[in-house]
Formats: sequence, C-alpha cells, structure tokens
Amino acid sequence: MTFASSAELGAALASSGYLPDDGLATAAYLSLRMGRPLFVEGDAGVGKTSLAQALATVLDAPLIRLQCYEGIDVAQAVYDWDFPRQLLHLRTAEAAGRAGDADALEGELYSRRFLLARPLLQAIETSPSVLLVDEVDRADDEFEALLLELLSDFAVTIPEIGAVRAAVPPAVVVTSNRTRDVHDALKRRCLYHWVEHPDFARELAIVRHRHPAATERLAAQVARATSYLRGLDLQKPPGVAETLDWTQALLTLGVGSLDPDAVTRTLGAVLKYREDHEAVVRDGGLISLLEAAVDAG
Amino acid sequence: MPVDLDVPAAVVGLARTLRSAGVDATSDRLAAAVEALTVLDPASRYDVYWAGRITMCASPDDIARYDRVFAAVFDGAANMMPLSPAAEPVLRVVPPLGLSDRADAPDARDAPKPSAASRREVLRRRDLADLDERDRRDALALLTPLSVAGETRRSRRTGPAAHGPVDRHRTLRRTLRAGGEPVAPVSLRRRRRPRRVVLLIDVSGSMAPYADAFLRFAHVTRRARGPRTEVFTLGTRLTRVTRELSHRDPMLATAAVAAAVPDWSGGTRLGELTKAFVDGWGRRGMARGAIVVVLSDGWERGDAALLGEQVRLLRRLAHRIVWANPRAGRPGFAPLAAGMAAALPYVDDLVAGNSIEALVKLARTVVGERA
Repeated sequence: MTFASSAELGAALASSGYLPDDGLATAAYLSLRMGRPLFVEGDAGVGKTSLAQALATVLDAPLIRLQCYEGIDVAQAVYDWDFPRQLLHLRTAEAAGRAGDADALEGELYSRRFLLARPLLQAIETSPSVLLVDEVDRADDEFEALLLELLSDFAVTIPEIGAVRAAVPPAVVVTSNRTRDVHDALKRRCLYHWVEHPDFARELAIVRHRHPAATERLAAQVARATSYLRGLDLQKPPGVAETLDWTQALLTLGVGSLDPDAVTRTLGAVLKYREDHEAVVRDGGLISLLEAAVDAG
Repeated sequence: MPVDLDVPAAVVGLARTLRSAGVDATSDRLAAAVEALTVLDPASRYDVYWAGRITMCASPDDIARYDRVFAAVFDGAANMMPLSPAAEPVLRVVPPLGLSDRADAPDARDAPKPSAASRREVLRRRDLADLDERDRRDALALLTPLSVAGETRRSRRTGPAAHGPVDRHRTLRRTLRAGGEPVAPVSLRRRRRPRRVVLLIDVSGSMAPYADAFLRFAHVTRRARGPRTEVFTLGTRLTRVTRELSHRDPMLATAAVAAAVPDWSGGTRLGELTKAFVDGWGRRGMARGAIVVVLSDGWERGDAALLGEQVRLLRRLAHRIVWANPRAGRPGFAPLAAGMAAALPYVDDLVAGNSIEALVKLARTVVGERA
C-alpha cells in the first residue's frame, strides 16, 4: 500500500486509531518513501511503540518486534541454529550409514532448513513487514554495530550461508528513551524525529477515539488534568499511555466526572512514583488539579 | 517562501549555517534532506522545514538550533538573530587556594619525627601538599608497586569453559567429526574484557602540589593496564598525554608530559575542558562504558553549571565516574567549590587522593572494590 502524501498517511494512521501530529506523519511518510529507518525519541509513553503498530495496520503488514536489552546478541536478535534438530539429523544420517561423507553432511546441517530466524532475519525475509527495534538504548553499544548492516543494506550476513537480502525493505522504526547516547553512525542511517506530548486538542481526540465510552466532558477533564500534571516538576510526567490508562480506570469505576474521591482512587493509573503522588496531594495540589480539569468540563 | 528561491541552494546554505551553529549536518544528511524534498513539496515552507528537520537533526538540542537557523535562513536576514547567544563564561574571583588551610592543621607540621621503621607508614598517610621535596620523592616511590587491573565487563564473545551453557556450535562440529557419535557437550561462557579507564587530570595552579603524584598514578595505571588507559590533562586547554606516559621510566614519562603540556599551573575552566573531552573524544567512543576518573579539586573559574551539565552527559556515556578530590581528604571537607557541587550528583564515587594511601584507595575504587 502506498500513500501519495504525508496528509494521506496521517489520515490512514488516524483511521487505524493512531492520531499523529503533522511532523510525525511527515517523518513516517518520508521514512516509507525514502526507504530509510525512522529513529524516534521522546519521553516514555508518548506513543513511539504504538507508531510502529499503527504503521503495520496501515500497511497491512506483520509487525516484527525486537525488544532490546543489555547483552542481547546475534543468537537472540538475528538468527540461531536449531541445535536439537541438527543433532537429530546427524544421528539419522549415521543410522542410515551416510556418516562417512562429512562434507555433504555438513552442507546439509548448515542449510536454511536448520536456521532459526530471530526478529531481524524474520523482518528481512518477510515482505512487506514493519520492524520495530524497541528501546535500542537498552542494548549495549556493540549491538548497534550489528544493526548497522541491517539498517543500511537491509541484509544479514550468515557465515555458513551468505548474505540474506530483503526483497522489499521492511519499514523500520527504531525507538529510544535516551537513557544513553546512541552512536552517530546508527543515527546517520536513519531519519530522526522527536515525539512531543500531544497538545490538548489532539490528546482529547486520542482519548475520545480510544475510549468511545467516555463522555466528551470526562475526556476533556482527563486531558486537561494530565496536561496540568505535565506542567508540575514530576519524576515521571504522564504520557498518552497514562492518559488512556487513567480514562480506562475511571470508566471501569463508572465515574462520569472528576472529583476528589475519584482522582484519589485512580491516581495510581497516571502517576507511578510515590514522590509524585505526594507532590500532587500535598499543598492543595489536588484542588488545583481539579480546578484545572473542571474548567474544561 | 518566495517562489524564485533556489531550494537545493537554500538547503545547502541551511546545512552550512546549521554546521556553524553546532548541528552535525554532514554531507550524507544534506543529501538525505535534498532527497526528502524530491518526495515532498519543495515550494512549501512547511515541507522544507520538516524535510530538513527530520533528516539533519539527531537530538532535541539539534532541533532547538535548527528552528533558529531555519527562521534565519528562510525568513531573511531581517529576522536574523545571533546563532550562538553570548556564552562568555562569567569570571569568578576565587581566593588563593591550596596551602592556606595548612595552618589549620598544625598537627601535620609539628608531628614528632617518626622512627625509621614507621617513616614509610607515615609517608603513606601524609597529605602530599604537606611534604617537602625529599619526603615527596620517597612517598612517590611507594606508588610504584601499585597495580591497577581495572573493572571488567562481559564481552559479547564467548570462549570455552569447564562448565556452563552448552556450546552448541562446537558440540555439533565435534559430533560431525566423530561421524555422528554422541560426544560430551562442550561448554562455553562469555569472556570478560577489562573496561577502559580514562584519567582526566587537573593541572591548574590550585592542584600544583598534587599534579606530579597524579601523573605518577597515571603512569602506574598506564604501565599496569596497557592500551586500555587514556590520560588527559586539563589546564587552560585539554591535552592528551597518553603517548607521553608510555615511557617505562616514571621520571622520563613525567618529563615528557611536562614538555607536552603548555599550560602547567595556570587557571582552568573545567566545564569547557570537560565539554572539549566529551565532544572531541568521549562521545566518539572513548568514554563509552569506561571508568572515567577525574582528579581535580573542583574549583571552576568558568561557569559551574556548564561543568555540571557536561559531567551529566559524561555520566550517560561512561560506566562509572570516580572523582578524586584532594580536598576531600582534609578534615571538615564539604563539596562547596562551585564546580564540585555542580558535578557531585553525577559522580559515582568521591574519593580523596591527597596521600599515597588515598591513591591506593583510589586504585581500588577504580578496580571496583568498594569500601
């Protein structure tokens, strides 16, 4: 599926339930048209990961996700050999009396048949597909070198087999929370976009879209309250993910409008640090929060 | 934007201005920007803005610079504003330092003459600034047997091991060689590699009594650990002295450093020099996953906030930051020096380093043994 303009892609994303701002829609559009990975950074919970999910829906392609962590290596990210089956094959060959021809046997053992594709190789072999390399800043910097070949050539080299190249390059989204600096060589191969928290109108639209059961009044109150919370000096300002969780929590309790009791009971859905709870609850912060929120309703 | 504006030329101009504003708009990023404009509408100011921003920026800092440059380039010179607002460091008058508080420690000066047997022990503990020429030479000699192995990190590579997870690849190869006969599984484990140690030595005037001891410490570290140690001096400018310190003889090595460092015992602007290290060396890979040891009293003549910011950036790159502050070894120490106070939140270990014993302790901290 192709799109003629960034506005068209933006509209398609919106109809799939992901409401991008214009900058993000342009970045995603350029990434698809130029065949370059999109490197997205931004605060936690602004919707970096869901962008990849939405792209997969819009492109009608499977989403292949690689969650990065410290110590991730080739066997977990790219490919591994299916050891038990290789061994079984070897034993069968021996039983059939073919063990003498070691070269032929070796060729059989290290063939595509016994190769296990991990996310990066899967993405290369599946066309079309959307590859999400999530939280690349969690992996150590040696892993970035591994990504370089993939992100520039869309190819993976396996010593026993050779290079595996993508027929159609996958759409690639790389996310980072900026807990450490990612190497420039990796960034140079990508388009870069910094995802902002949505403005009030967009956040309201997102809440209404994701939780149609919420009234306009409740959705507006929640959106205004989270935007008020973001203005406080918190350890973890709430992202869109928290806004949605909070709305869900309020809906589950059957709350139609924010009030002190409802906020106190559900604050855990939106603030995840004890210090943040204290910062909001003391000094009449709860009252200010409600005043800010109820202005909207 | 005026219709007659030559867009590729304007984008090239944009990239040049971005570079001078500190955005790393390399030629491949510029090429990407031009390519992006073939996909978008080059006549739309909006599309040009996003094409340039998405392709040529790489961090939120870049975006702020980009917005200013873009406005200057595309809205004409009338709105042109200075691209780098005055970052002139505010000079601060600092009182003469270092030796004045020796008067507060009369016990160190009037100590009874030690017996020959305990002289070494005393030398080990005395503040280096309080020693005379001969005592200092003898004290530095005590540094030599020190060995600094350095903390290791788990490498991506594996090697054979007596037990542990099965090395499937090698086991299969061995089974193949045995003609399919089952063999005892071969084990593997991740190899460990020593982490790099980077020493940043303050050689400004206030650090003069300790500078030679710190260089000796650097020499010993470098001799013990080989190429995985890097040494820089911070004076009025940043000097890399790793090569000079590779002489085997400590005297020759220190002499070579003295010749290479032009700004011995001058003033220092720690913030700017730390930034020079982070931008010029650290981010490129030298500080990544390394143990960075700063040997300084934290007296900053420039902007202390800049130092704090740079140490914060350095902390994100490095595995650990160890700060050796000779003043921390004196009684009643509080990190009051503006630079030290600004950097402290990002420092993993603050140690003294004002005596031979303290330097040995510093070496242990670098190795990863915590007190």
